[in-house]
Amino acid sequence: MDVWQITTFTIATALGATVLMIPPGLALAWLLARRRFRGRLFLETLISLPLVMPPVATGLILLLLFAPRGPLGRLLASIGIDVVFTWRAVVLAMTVMGLPLFVRTVRAGIEQVDRRYEAMAATLGAPPLRVFFSITLPLAFPALIAGAVLGFARALGEFGATIMIAGSIPGVTRTLPVAIYTFTEIGRDREAALLLLISAGIAFAALWVSNYLSARAGLRA
Amino acid sequence: MIDLDFTLTQGEFVLEVHQRLDQPVTVLFGPSGSGKTTTLDAIAGLRKPSRGTIVVNGRALFNARVNLPPHQRHIGYVPQDIALFPHLDVRRNVLYGQRPGQKLSLDIVASMLEIGSLLDRGVSMLSGGERQRVALARALMSAPDVLLLDEPLAAVDLELRRRILPYLERVRDELSVPIVYVTHDREEVRRLADSVLVLDRGSVVRSGSPEEVLE
Repeated sequence: MDVWQITTFTIATALGATVLMIPPGLALAWLLARRRFRGRLFLETLISLPLVMPPVATGLILLLLFAPRGPLGRLLASIGIDVVFTWRAVVLAMTVMGLPLFVRTVRAGIEQVDRRYEAMAATLGAPPLRVFFSITLPLAFPALIAGAVLGFARALGEFGATIMIAGSIPGVTRTLPVAIYTFTEIGRDREAALLLLISAGIAFAALWVSNYLSARAGLRA
Repeated sequence: MIDLDFTLTQGEFVLEVHQRLDQPVTVLFGPSGSGKTTTLDAIAGLRKPSRGTIVVNGRALFNARVNLPPHQRHIGYVPQDIALFPHLDVRRNVLYGQRPGQKLSLDIVASMLEIGSLLDRGVSMLSGGERQRVALARALMSAPDVLLLDEPLAAVDLELRRRILPYLERVRDELSVPIVYVTHDREEVRRLADSVLVLDRGSVVRSGSPEEVLE
């Protein structure tokens, strides 16, 4: 049975998506928390859009952008990268859907960091990037963990955008949520139930790790 | 030598400072809200004057064309709330701003301020007086051209004040770093100041030696 393949594939793509969220997510969270600039509200709204739009609609937007004849799809195709209906589309959908949660959580964490610490670090000669990595980020670390876990959990449960841009190809793009839906639909209830249990187990483990890490970070600070 | 000649506007509040600070210790004296901390913030680059110049040892930190960011100013700052980094131990706090190739070593600073035994502690384990000395050490280790001290003794009781003052005198006497010192305590003025600027509502209303100013 392909339960094992589906499980490892889903975890691997969700982890990949989480890793991909972190660099742009940190930059965006910092920008929104610490900088005042024109278009800030627009950027903030744009990032949160996938949270409130129907995931299927977000999936359709991604499909239009990344389809072989779409603006980004054509660009990637020219360097030999296919996205739509491959594992890359799964990771893309998960990243886009998880990013807003990551950014919101980390942004709130950065806003909690007392700016005087950053100011002192600057007077001690630390350029902005060093201030961010040696002061802001360590002090916002619990939020970073919480954001990554939320993003990972969202990626794990991603359905609507995934089904639009990646489909449900067995052994290629089929993730846990998509498989639960597909198996239920064709009457393979036992497999669906098993996948349901596995989903619950992974979600539980992720949250447990997150709570453990933030408790430890809380003790240290 | 610090040349201050700037105007800083913040809403209703206007701070005007046009002074040359050429003594080892200059005290900014005055009631709260008179612009003492704002003056330090302007020197450190944490607040931007609306116009004017700030020059330290001939190096322009701020003028019509230049506005150096705080990390390029070489200013040691001990703010009123001290702001030790809570996630670093004392040693890593003190060494945070250490510049490569500087003369002042951790050993010298640690023994001068008697913090050698504290180096491996977390900052939450420190007493009020210890925090002050660690903050002072941290600022000194960045080999600043000027040391800014914002009411370093305001939050400590009289007993502790008597114990910390000698450390400040030692920094003044043993290191040739000019100090700009904010206080509204007359005894600190008497013991530490070579020159005093009295601020009131954003303007320097008097300046001179401690004797002249406090009479």
